[in-house]
Amino acid sequence: MSMKKNELKNMLVSFIFSMVIYGVMMFMMSSGVIGTYWSGVLILACINIILASSLNLASGYLGQLTLGHAGFMSVGAYVAALTSLYLQMPLFVGLIFGAIVAAGVGLIIGIPTLRLKGDYLCIITLAFNEIIRIIMLNLDITNGAKGLMGIPPDTNFTIVFICVVLTIFIISSVVKSRFGRAIISIREDETASELTGIPTSKYKIMAFVISAFFAGLAGGLYAHYMGMLLPSIFDYNKSVEILVMVVLGGMGNIKGSIIAALLLTILPEYLRAFNDYRMLLYAVVLIAAMILKEKDLIPHIKEKFSKKKNEEVTE
Amino acid sequence: MALLKTEGLGIQFGGLKAVDEFNFEIDKNQLYGLIGPNGAGKTTVFNLLTGVYQPTSGQIIFDGKSLLKKSPTQITQMGIARTFQNIRLFKEMSVIDNVKVGLHYSQNYSLFSAICKLPQYFRGEEAIDEMARSLLRVFDLEQFAESKAKNLPYGKQRKLEIARALATSPKLLLLDEPAAGMNPTETAELMETIKIVREKFSIAILLIEHDMKLVMGICEKIAVLNFGTVLAFGTPEEIRNNPDVVTAYLGTEE
Repeated sequence: MSMKKNELKNMLVSFIFSMVIYGVMMFMMSSGVIGTYWSGVLILACINIILASSLNLASGYLGQLTLGHAGFMSVGAYVAALTSLYLQMPLFVGLIFGAIVAAGVGLIIGIPTLRLKGDYLCIITLAFNEIIRIIMLNLDITNGAKGLMGIPPDTNFTIVFICVVLTIFIISSVVKSRFGRAIISIREDETASELTGIPTSKYKIMAFVISAFFAGLAGGLYAHYMGMLLPSIFDYNKSVEILVMVVLGGMGNIKGSIIAALLLTILPEYLRAFNDYRMLLYAVVLIAAMILKEKDLIPHIKEKFSKKKNEEVTE
Repeated sequence: MALLKTEGLGIQFGGLKAVDEFNFEIDKNQLYGLIGPNGAGKTTVFNLLTGVYQPTSGQIIFDGKSLLKKSPTQITQMGIARTFQNIRLFKEMSVIDNVKVGLHYSQNYSLFSAICKLPQYFRGEEAIDEMARSLLRVFDLEQFAESKAKNLPYGKQRKLEIARALATSPKLLLLDEPAAGMNPTETAELMETIKIVREKFSIAILLIEHDMKLVMGICEKIAVLNFGTVLAFGTPEEIRNNPDVVTAYLGTEE
């Protein structure tokens, strides 16, 4: 019985915590402490949190390095935008529809590609990202390179915040369940996982599809926030950006993803002067993460510091 | 009827017959030893039985059903579990979660009920937790439940691997050199554990081992493998006195 109580208690604490954050943010926005510009940055940061935590399921927990997350995002974005432009559907219908189509594309891509491992999967997903972008560039319905204009800008902080909370709640629920343990065991040792009775292909696809679903949701939010879509937004740089957030925050660490997504959205705003070097910085972050040979950067740094502290104590 | 039966089992890698004409039977609740010099094909037999390799000839019948063309996942679900020569735990997961992966199919709550936190989810998780803890208790690992598997000492990692295999509720357990790298005290402890496991879970155990004291001490029947073929079958006593076996292990006097 204690387990259930514990989990319900944790859920309540997280819920109150997010309500407090929401209240403070809303207060700061209405009182003008956070201006319109920074509210916009905050919305983008929230969208990035959804992207990073969904990619974390596929790359961090499942352990499959994928570079096509922006592809799923663009599917969600275009589908959500087109549903409201052509079918005059309300925002949430478009968001859900976009996420479902993205998940469907994830399923179609996942079935053949998840047999591949490591570098191969990386290259295939990268190629898929480009294919989606080129399709968007050439379709009539997406208005090609000129992009989609006049998408109703319905996304506001409240909607984005609800989506963030839902995403994190669902992904952490999946991770904590028997399905999550199966997914993590695949990352740890796929052969041992199979020989412990886990149907690895099924769960790889499951994690991949859930990941694509939330990327699609983030895309829909993005479309309705920006009011316009260009295929070039969703190039592989965007995929790399999301991956850097996951790597920086720590593979298999949702809290880390949240912090990294906030950091990597807000920091560049302060460093406008260095905007041209942003991708360079991402590359450096990735290389640093590889050299440190740790799965995650922030926890690694934390450990370094705490080690130092410990040493000081003993000396 | 035998629990597991192989008929003319064989696998060929290119021109090399790693296992050839391997015939044997294990009864329910039997403790069987598989010995042989290095490279004799013992681990290959395990890989054939668990579906890691597909045999190029012969037949495997387990519990009345053929195991040919079955995936490792399916075979595990049918009731054959194994451990590995070089320990393969889920290193970054906690000790108890390693066992819980093995208990995956002991409960069947859906993904939906996990997300919506329905009663089925809590009931299922509680049952899994209880089963995992009682398994850890058998192996004296309960106090390490929350630590990462990679942080366990070597002997305990071996035990955890057996616990994880047992979590899949097998009818046949395959142990690949469980005593490898253990000191004599740990080996003695392991012998006890294996005996307990077999009585408590009433399963058949097939054991690969180089430690003759262990094999001769606990196995009821032994098969000796050499160059991929069975050299001899018998009780420990018969094996010890078999001239062919002595030749295979020690060579002949010129």
